Amino acid sequence: MSITDIQLEENLAHHDDHHDDHHEQSFISKYIFSTDHKMIAKQFLITGIMWAVIGGGLSIIFRLQLGFPGADLSWLKPILGEWIDAEGSIDPEFYLALVTMHGTIMVFFVLTAGLSGTFSNFLIPLQIGARDMASGFMNMLSYWMFFLSSAIMFISLFLETGPAAGGWTVYPPLSILSDAIQGSGGGMTLWLVSMVFFIASTLLGGINYIATVINMRTKGMSFSRLPLTVWAFFITAVIGLLSFPVLVAAALLLVFDRSFGTSFYLSEIFIGGEALPNIGGSPILYQHLFWFLGHPEVYIVILPALGITSEIIATNSRKPIFGYRAMIGSMLAIAFLSFIVWAHHMFVSGLNPFLGSIFMFLTLIIAVPSAVKAFNYITTLWRGNIVFTPAMLFSIGLVSFFISGGLTGIFLGNSALDINLHDTYFVVAHFHLVMGSASFFGLMAGVYHWFPKMFGRMMDKTMGYIHFWLTFVGVYLVFFPLHYIGIAGFPRRYYAFTNFDAFSTFGDLNTFVSIAAIVTFAAQFLFLFNFFNSIFRGRKAPENPWNSNTLEWTTPRNPGHGNWPGPIPTVYRWAYDYSKPGSDSDFIPQHIPLSQTPESNFPHEEELAKSEVISEDNGAHESH
Amino acid sequence: MFELIIVVAVVLIIAIVYTIFRVTTLIGIAKGDSTSKVPSNNKTQAMLMVLFLVLGIFGFFYYSFGGLEDSFIQPIASKHGVKTDFWFWITMAVTSFVFIFTQILLFGFSYKYQYDENRKASFYPHNNKLEIIWTAIPAVVLAILVISGWKIWQDITGPAPEDAYEIEVFGYQYGWSFRYPGRDGKLGDYDYKKIDDTNQLGIDLKDRASHDDFVSNQLYLPKGKPVLLKIRARDVIHSVYMPHFRAQMNAVPGLPTKFWFEPTKSTDDMRTETGNPEFKYELVCNKICGRSHFGMKAIIIVEEEEDFKTWFKDQDAFLKLNPEYLSQVPDDLKEVAIISSELENNEINQSVGNTNSSF
Repeated sequence: MSITDIQLEENLAHHDDHHDDHHEQSFISKYIFSTDHKMIAKQFLITGIMWAVIGGGLSIIFRLQLGFPGADLSWLKPILGEWIDAEGSIDPEFYLALVTMHGTIMVFFVLTAGLSGTFSNFLIPLQIGARDMASGFMNMLSYWMFFLSSAIMFISLFLETGPAAGGWTVYPPLSILSDAIQGSGGGMTLWLVSMVFFIASTLLGGINYIATVINMRTKGMSFSRLPLTVWAFFITAVIGLLSFPVLVAAALLLVFDRSFGTSFYLSEIFIGGEALPNIGGSPILYQHLFWFLGHPEVYIVILPALGITSEIIATNSRKPIFGYRAMIGSMLAIAFLSFIVWAHHMFVSGLNPFLGSIFMFLTLIIAVPSAVKAFNYITTLWRGNIVFTPAMLFSIGLVSFFISGGLTGIFLGNSALDINLHDTYFVVAHFHLVMGSASFFGLMAGVYHWFPKMFGRMMDKTMGYIHFWLTFVGVYLVFFPLHYIGIAGFPRRYYAFTNFDAFSTFGDLNTFVSIAAIVTFAAQFLFLFNFFNSIFRGRKAPENPWNSNTLEWTTPRNPGHGNWPGPIPTVYRWAYDYSKPGSDSDFIPQHIPLSQTPESNFPHEEELAKSEVISEDNGAHESH
Repeated sequence: MFELIIVVAVVLIIAIVYTIFRVTTLIGIAKGDSTSKVPSNNKTQAMLMVLFLVLGIFGFFYYSFGGLEDSFIQPIASKHGVKTDFWFWITMAVTSFVFIFTQILLFGFSYKYQYDENRKASFYPHNNKLEIIWTAIPAVVLAILVISGWKIWQDITGPAPEDAYEIEVFGYQYGWSFRYPGRDGKLGDYDYKKIDDTNQLGIDLKDRASHDDFVSNQLYLPKGKPVLLKIRARDVIHSVYMPHFRAQMNAVPGLPTKFWFEPTKSTDDMRTETGNPEFKYELVCNKICGRSHFGMKAIIIVEEEEDFKTWFKDQDAFLKLNPEYLSQVPDDLKEVAIISSELENNEINQSVGNTNSSF
């Protein structure tokens, strides 16, 4: 979308009486209340990027506190105001608010809405061959619910009592009692309201994705020919649809306890000099409800990234993805198992140890399909002909993080070992690698790969490379050392470690981690520049810059409303016919009939090719 | 002035970088690298992959075995901790092997199979045998790890031995209190509504088992004897975390929890072992609980059992230290309470006098 395009649109909007093409829209219906899936995807992406800057920025502030304890941070006063005290240190309660908001923003606003919202919206219709989502209006509502939710969460950052500060999991009673922490006052109320809108947004989106994938696939696009991206988005949407409503239930009960004097989560509490009347509730109930969403949520975050990676690795290795069916099978297995492992977050919560045993077994089963996926990626690279686009680099980085972070899950899923590791920096290192960074790299890979189709222009490669290497090395330098700190028993969410003899030895390492985090964060501005600059000034993209097989690359440079100017292409093959033996070209797109590629067809495909001709004749007759 | 110079310098640097960026872009256009199928620096990226792999593995080994390992491994001081640490390191060996092996494959393949115009990638969509192998091997390895973990978990979370010392751990914003059962070996009841400035744990003096209970703000433990911690919280969730004992359990308001273990090294033993004469065991709060979460700690003192018993005997019951609470004891238990809490006569008279005056 170049500046001239926008100006053109504005001019057109002024001359409404002249337009003879019904696709031309006013600025508002094109860019704001758009029902076009591509525009909604861009809205999600740009909102997600803004949240990523805020969420990342918050982490830099608390890394300053951890890496340079006692440093004079009064230069942050213009941003943080009263949260910086007279000596220039961060208020300990605000520190907790920073940690809480960093988690909430990153998990929900960046890696759920920013990732699924962007790529499910953008790619599902384009890759299955549909003109738009099943319901464009619901899709628009989905974005605006997210926007409303974002606005409320953003406002909560500026409350006098601060935003929610009880950790992103907002465990009661801490999140109920504003006597216990002031963030549990207005900040927590806004957090809950915001999350309810967020969940509504996710559900509206999810229903749409599922309906679209089931009903609107183009001719020939059977489930066994769907690109793995679409499989991943589809499964993600199903997981979200089943798990997010439970979070609403948990939040609703929390609202009742906070405002209407019920005792779902409260029992036998003495605070602020008085005994509360609440009896019989259980804080553990909340943890069960929360993690029933919370654990599937980590797969909601990582599966789309894995889908994107599957597509990018296959395309740039010029090779079919290894084990297409195994990839789908492992995603289905992960999706199913993700619902029955939640209590591994609660091994030391006072849970019945027998339940702990059951959840340990189920948890370690989920490692098997994850391992299969990692091996399949590596085998896809084997004997490939690899093109290192920035998207490919980010995908390889994702696989590296997925392995490094996934392996430490084997420690944490083992309840006996979890006793000593629970809530330490080992956990922080684990999920930041396997879920945070891996999923973030999936998002980046997706942006670099599909930018040409989104904006009709190319991003700068060299800057992409520099961005990748700084970020990749940076992420490892930030999160790898945290394992060591975690093994030593450092607890999470500590404002400072100076009170403890056992933890005082890691000052230098914490400084190192903080510096690495600052450099990594700074490197993201390179991306921001590249992204926004390329939208307007990037070089014009060819229709299919990566020589890829999927249907989105058959659309024009700037696909309009309805995606294909002519009829929707029919699909004749799976998405991974790269370097097929016998073919001159190293890729055969999905819309090329088998009958046109007799030189590369396998014997069973020859049979299909014959029936193809007949059905095409039928199609021709129908259209007359 | 100095700030102004910094700002100007930053602006200049950004301008220079941007100019370089524009120039390289233009050169790229002139060279026509947008028409080539493969980025011109494909090879560089492949080399960087290998460089990263080599430096990364070197860094991993250097940091893990380069003499720094003492700083991140807390010495073990409990019986079950030896077992969990053993399996921790077994798991570490297995996962480190897989970690290094797969990263070598990932970056090695990336380098080896970098784009070459004269080669065609091999069409290799699946291989059932391979896939079964790498489903089965992780499944077997994980099964071994899980079963061993499960056995240890059962031992740790199973019932405490009969002869375990019972101690109540009480977490509140922001500190810990410990209640010992006194001579009768039984902890008395509690009632959160009885909490006040003095009776911070809400000891319910209606229960005769509570009369000899005493309270400490440090956790004294006997070496070589099992201890059963009965854990509660006053306000929000806390977590009793003792890294040296590899022990952790949440303290939940309204839901008493427990954890038992056996300390194997006294504080003095640890001072000898670590060579740190100042060494102290610390009990840490490990569940976010509010403003001073990071300062919520207690000192643990492990003594030889004889010394522990002596210390235990020397402690005064809560009731003895706070005789005014005798008024909360039901009339029929008052005499028993006076005896079991070792309240002396003059104190009784005083307290009875107080109680009377309060009526």
